[in-house]
Parts: sequence; structure tokens; C-alpha cells
Amino acid sequence: MKRGSPTRQRLTALGLLGIPLLSYPLVGLPGGTLADLPAIFLYLFGVWGGLIALAALVAERRGK
Amino acid sequence: MLSGWFVVLLSVAYGGLLFAVARFGDARADAGRSIIGANVYALSLAVYCTSWTFFGSVGRATSGGLSFLTIYLGPTLMLLCVGVIVKMIRIAKAQRITSIADFIAARYGKSQLLAGLVTVIAVVGIVPYIALQLKAVAASLDVLFDRSGHAIQLWGVDSTLLVAAVLALFTILFGTRHLDATERHEGMVAAVAFESVVKLLAFVAVGVFVTWGIYDGFADLFRRAAAQPELLRLMQPDPSRAGAWAAMILLSALAIVFLPRQFQVMVVENVDESHLKRAVWLFPLYLLLINIFVLPVALGGLMHFAGQGANPDTFVLTLPLSQGAQALALLVFIGGLSAATGMVIVETIALSTMVCNDLAMPALLRSTWLQRQKRGDLSRLLIGIRRLAIVFILLLGYAYFKAAGEAYALVGIGLISFAAVAQFAPALFGGMYWKQGTRAGALAGLLAGFAVWLYTLLLPSFAKSGWIDSGFVEVGPFAIDWLRAQALFGLDGLDEISHCLWWSLLANLGAYLAVSLATVPDALEASQAERFVDVFRHAQRAPDVRLWRGNASLQELVELLERFLGPARTRQQLAAHARSRGRSDWRELAPDAEFVHFAEAELAAAIGSASARAMVSSVTREEDLGLEEVLDILDEASQVRAYSRELEAKQRALEAATGELRAANAQLRELDRMKDDFISTVTHELRTPLTSIRALSEMLHDDPRLELGERRRFLGIIVGEAERLTRLINQILDLARLESGRAEWTAVAVDVGAVVREAMAALEPLFREKGVRLSGEIAAGLPSVLADRDRLTQVVVNLLSNAVKFVPGGSGEVRVGVACSDGAVRVSVADNGPGLTADECVSVFEKFRQGGNTLTDKPQGTGLGLPISRQIVDYFGGKLWVESAPGAGATFIFTVPLREPDA
Repeated sequence: MKRGSPTRQRLTALGLLGIPLLSYPLVGLPGGTLADLPAIFLYLFGVWGGLIALAALVAERRGK
Repeated sequence: MLSGWFVVLLSVAYGGLLFAVARFGDARADAGRSIIGANVYALSLAVYCTSWTFFGSVGRATSGGLSFLTIYLGPTLMLLCVGVIVKMIRIAKAQRITSIADFIAARYGKSQLLAGLVTVIAVVGIVPYIALQLKAVAASLDVLFDRSGHAIQLWGVDSTLLVAAVLALFTILFGTRHLDATERHEGMVAAVAFESVVKLLAFVAVGVFVTWGIYDGFADLFRRAAAQPELLRLMQPDPSRAGAWAAMILLSALAIVFLPRQFQVMVVENVDESHLKRAVWLFPLYLLLINIFVLPVALGGLMHFAGQGANPDTFVLTLPLSQGAQALALLVFIGGLSAATGMVIVETIALSTMVCNDLAMPALLRSTWLQRQKRGDLSRLLIGIRRLAIVFILLLGYAYFKAAGEAYALVGIGLISFAAVAQFAPALFGGMYWKQGTRAGALAGLLAGFAVWLYTLLLPSFAKSGWIDSGFVEVGPFAIDWLRAQALFGLDGLDEISHCLWWSLLANLGAYLAVSLATVPDALEASQAERFVDVFRHAQRAPDVRLWRGNASLQELVELLERFLGPARTRQQLAAHARSRGRSDWRELAPDAEFVHFAEAELAAAIGSASARAMVSSVTREEDLGLEEVLDILDEASQVRAYSRELEAKQRALEAATGELRAANAQLRELDRMKDDFISTVTHELRTPLTSIRALSEMLHDDPRLELGERRRFLGIIVGEAERLTRLINQILDLARLESGRAEWTAVAVDVGAVVREAMAALEPLFREKGVRLSGEIAAGLPSVLADRDRLTQVVVNLLSNAVKFVPGGSGEVRVGVACSDGAVRVSVADNGPGLTADECVSVFEKFRQGGNTLTDKPQGTGLGLPISRQIVDYFGGKLWVESAPGAGATFIFTVPLREPDA
């Protein structure tokens, strides 16, 4: 049986990781503000941006 | 206030620019240098961000805080499941899929019914979404000109209608440019990618303007907003909306694949699978960038227009205008226009393909009018239908916009469409990963989900617009409380979208699974299920031609292709197909399973798989394979068995070839051995006369006192041996020529009787010298034979001189007979010599085999005469043999066949 491509598997793993990170109840945790910015704003964009950065790293890695 | 003419000019100029981009994209595609790279592909996916994003996100943020982000988080997560999308693209390419309706229909046995149902759901679900885009453009014009009620007119025509008309024109030009309907729309994709850049720049510009222009950066803006309790609420997570949050993520994750325009750009317009690697992060990054400023703009707008009742959907325009930043407002207007036009163009192309292939074509194919147009070229008709469908869909959108008007906020309409296309999920994902899913199951699931969607979402939205009585929403139909449209079975406390999503997916999935498990697929369904689910396994091989059996005519299939693709493209595709099968001319192709498969795939690309199937089966006589047989063919074990059978056959062929080679090798070795024997014999034969010549010459040389008489005798022997040597060499050369086939032959009519008489006359002195009686019995009136006269003489002379050698002097007797028997002239030379044993009768024809005892007697011949004679007679098609017994003389006989009459 042929294994799926490692790139695809890593990306899918990122996607699966994103589901709990970007849903309640975890999204409900960051309340209040951080340096005047709403913590939820920072959290959502931070996690989102982090996922995108990791995806870029995985997808654009040379050789695979 | 902006000048109306300036705005019109700007819009026209922008349209012209878009036109140029699309034109450029098409020109490059025609030249074979596609501009659709990974970045363009990723940007074209951003057609997801419509005016609903551009204007509506801010509006949504003013009421729901950051919950608007779910619409963009879902697609991000979905895109990361890149394996699913790759599989979809792979299937679509293998099956020549043209739309999402085609995809679902092809999976479930190329069902026209299913294709039609998916098309209806898509059109009903999407038309409000198109209306939304028109409304957004109209609303932004209202804001620019500080008017209300979408009453702006140009030349007395409603400006929104004008926008719709221009969009229709653009869509027709770039969506149905080719007469053949199968090409990708590269110009359109390029234009959409360009628009994506424009709308992002415009939105970021207004975001920067609000954040740093009106306020003093993020921190300042958020700090001021936090001072107001109702705004602070928007900046905090709201766990009471956890259900809606999850529902929105799921809904948008489905929408990014199932919205017809997304399926179009992501799957149908995909040029290269590897582009996905870029899109998987670049598109989410785009979404992130276009959303960063949504909350700041929303909060800024709420604070700036506090108490003025401004429409939050137009904050992006009203905020710059309130600060006198008219240029920025224009840029935003263009950005909004980009968002709206991009969506409308792609969505309309996708829908028009579906309407044409899956609604219009099936109707046309059944109509008597088309039956009469048996020979006509339908490719123009096809394009015509598609153009009509574009106009029809945009008119529908315009009509909805005029009717629904202000009834709904932007955000509501978009989500209604999302929920409609989410109904495709069970049938499509099930079809990609579950072979058991059947057509009946897909139909049941879609119908159930669509019905629930209609009842819980679309009809209530009509009720809110006041078109129908809202009783069924508020108290339930016939006052049955648990049937209230937006609180089914008492499920309230959810927002209407989540409510619809959960109930419709439950009904959809439940019906799909239950009916699929309860029904048996037909043969075509089963084979399509296999091709979809195991696309990666099947892609490496040619289509399984065992899945089609029947009779087809090349001419009929080609005519069919010409009708729908047009003659030029048909020739082009036929030539390509012929090349792929190693033929130079497609007319040499047999109308076999592979050709039928090719024809159906080409048709599917033009009119969809369901209609293509119907058309192909109308001109071929197909055998129904039956489910059992199809399953057997598709069964992996049976495929392995088939391969091992093939392997066995190949192995047997290989063994046979090896056997032949071994035999050939043995023959070669034997020939080699014979050649060695021959050479050693020849050498031996040559040495014998040489030895005697040398011995006698030495004696003459060494002994000067030899008597003259003795000298004469020696010299006589030397001359005789030299002659024999010469003769021997001549005969060896002759034999070599005969055996190698290099001898020169003439073929003339020869009278065998005359040849024999001449030979007898020539050898007469020899016979007389030895005192041997020679007699001939030559039949009269013999027919002539076709032969080489000199060679024939050579054979007769050889036989006669052999005979005279072996008969005793004085009492010897040789009788020659010539007669005609069994279609051949028969020559016999009989002597009364010592005769031959049975072994000798065979061996005399071997080379260098002398008659008599070679050990005691001095050799009298070369031992090559008979082998040469046999070669000559063989060449004429006759036979040479000897009949003899020891002490009873020998009779050498040869035959030469007569010429066939008039041959």
C-alpha cells in the first residue's frame, strides 16, 4: 500500500490541530486585553497566522 | 459629493483594464504560454471574498464581534486538508468534469436526474447571493452620491440594471469565448486574480486610514472602544455563541469547496496540481490580511457615527467620505466593485455551464427538434444556450434584488447560500470515499437536505420580506408548535443558520446513508464509484477497457463528436488520440472500447458526463455487463488474477522463444561442425594431389640420372594431378556458389532429350576407350522443361562419367533412359558396376565421399560431382537419387518437373 505524500500528511495534521485551537472552548479562554489590544483578537490572529506560517514552511520546503 | 460622470468614467476605465487583463490572459493561453501560475491560482481562489466580505464583514463585526472570522477560518482549515482537494482535482481531470453538478452526477452513474437536481439547488441557492452583489454595488453608489433607495439612474436606466448588463457582457465575452465549450477560462481567471489584488489593496487602505488616520493606531482605537460597554462586548469572546461559532466554521469550510464558483476556480480551472502547494498558505494569508482591519473599522465606525444610525455595511465608504478623503472612497468603491464583479462573473459562468449541460441539454436531447437536426453542428447552439443562461441568471439576480430590496442585511443572504451548497457535502464526500454510496441515496439525501433548507431558511427569509405569511415561522404550520420553521422540534436558542445547518445535514446525511445501504447500485454506478474512490490507483493505468462491451461505428462516433465539438476541434482531438495510440491517422483506429471511452470523455467535457453518456449510448449498441460482472472486473483480487494471467501468458511466450533459440543455436553448432569437417576434408583432398606432385617433382629435381622414359611418366602423372587439383578447386568454388545462392542461373525452355544426346555424344570417346557399351532410350516428343541448359548438361555428364568409372572395362554397360512421368521428365543412368549398399546409397551424395574403397584404390574423382548435381536438380525443383543393391549395378535417377501450363 502506497503511503500518502508526507507534505499532505503534515498539512492535514496542521488542519486537524487548528480545529480545537480555533473553536470553543479554547477560543473562550483569552479574555481582557494585552497592551491595550483585545486578547481574543491577538489569540485568533496569532493562531491563524501561526498555522499559515507553518503551512508555508511545510508546503514550500524544497525537495518534497 | 462626487461628480457622477467621474464615477462612471472611472468604472468604465476599470472595466477596460479588467478587459485588457482578461484579453492578455487569453492571448497568452492561446499562445501556449499560460500566465496561470501558483500565485495567480491562489489569488483566483480569493473570489471567495465577495462584496459580502468587503462591505458585509464590517457590518457583521458591529453585531457579532469577531465571529465574522469563522467565515475565513473554515476555508483555512479546509484548505489544509489538501489531500481531499487533490483527490477532487484528480477525479475531475480523469473524468473531464466541468462543474460540481457534473461531479456528483458522474459519481452516481452519470445520472441526468441527479445533475439536474444539483443544478436546481445551486441556482436557487446562489441567485440571492448574486442579488447581494448587485445590491452592494447599488448601495455603494448610493453612498457615493449621498442618495438613498438605489434610485441612481443613467440615461434613465436603473444603474444596477446597467451594472448587471455590463457584467453579463463581460461574462459572455470571457466565459464563453471559445466555440468549443471545453477550454479553461484563463483570461477570466487572470482577471479575477487581478481583482483580488485590487480589493485587498482597497480594504487594507481604508483599514490603515481608519486605524492610523482617524485614530492613533490599534492600541488607541481599541482603548477608546473598550471605554464603551456595548463595544467592549464585541472585543470579548462570547461562549454563549459556541454552537454558532462551530457551525459557521463547518459551513464555510464546506462553502470553500462547494460554492459553484469555488469549485470552478479551485478544481475546473486548475492547471497544475502543484499550484495547490502555494494556495494552501497564500490564500489563507490573503484571508487573514483582508480581515485584520475589519474589527478596527467596525469599532471606528460605531464610535465615529455614534447615534447617527449609519448603515455599518457601508462604513468602509462613509468613514473616508466623512473625512473628505474622496480619492480613498473611490478606491474603496473600485475595490467593492472588484469584489462584486469577480464573484458574479465566475459564479455565472459556473452556473451557466450547469444550466446548459444539466438542464437544457437533457431537455433538448429528448426534444423532437433536435432529433431532426441529426447532422447539424450543435457546438454553436451549445454556446448560445450558455450565453442565454448567463443573461437569465443575472436577470434572476436582478429581479431578486429588486424584490427583496432592503429586506435583508448583506450578511444574511450570503449565509443562506452557504447553507444551500453545504447540502452537496454528504453526496460529494461520500462519493469520494465510500463506494457503497448509491444514486438513490444521493438523490434522497439531497432532496431531504434541500427540503429542510427551503423550509427552515429560504421560506422564512421570504416571510421576513413579507412575500408570504410568516405564520409557519412564528407559530408553526396549522399552529403545530414543534413544526415552527426556525425551531423545529422545539430546537430554539440557535441562530437560524446553525438551526438550518444541523437539521438539514441530519436529514441529508441520514437519508443518504440509509437509502445507500438499502439499495444496490447498477453496473455503471459501481464502476464510477470505483473510479472515484480509487482514483489514485486507477490513474496510473489506462481506463479499464473491460468495462465496456458492444458494437460501435467509428463514423457515427466521429459524427457525434463533430456535432457537439465542431469539426475543427474534433479533428484536433482525434489526431491527438490517434498519436497517443501510435497511429498516424485516426481513420485507422478501430471503434473499440478505448475509442468509445475517448469519445465519451471528449463529449463529457463539452456537455457534461450525464448527457455524454446518453449521447454515446444512443449511437452504440452496448452490452449490459451486469453488476456482478462489473464488480468482478473491478475487484482488486480479480485484477491481480488478470495480471497474473497476463504474466503467465508472457512467460509461456518467453519459454517458447527460448526453445526456438535453443534449437537455432544447436543448428548453428551443427553447421559450424560441418563447416569444420568440410574444411578439413577439403584440405585433405587438396593435399593428396599436391603430395604426389611434390614427391615426383623432388625425384625429378634430385636425380639427374633418371631415364627419359621414367621422366616422361613422372611428368605425365604431375600434369594429371595438377589437372585434378584444378578441377577440385573449380568444383569447390562451384559448390560454394550453389550453396550460398550466389550461382548465376538462366531459365529457358530446355529439351531434356537433346541435352542427354549431346552429353552422350561428348563422352562417347571415353566409353569407347574403356570398352564400355553406351546405349540410350530416349522417348520422342518430350515436353520441354524450364531450366538452365548448361547446368543440366553438367548433371548428365557427371552421372555418365561416374558410371564409366565404376563399370568394368570390356564388359561394362551403361544404359541411359529419358521418359516423362508424373508431370516430370525422368532421366536414368543405369550401369552394371559393383553396386552400392543401402548406406552407400545415401552417403554417395555427401561431399568428398568417393565411390569404391578410397584406402586401397587411387581416387578417381573429386567426391564433389554428386553433391553438386543434387544441388542443381534441387534448384530445378526435381529430385536426384540412386537405386542399387550390391553386385546388381546402380541406377542414378533424376527428375525435372514440367512447367505448369501457362504458368
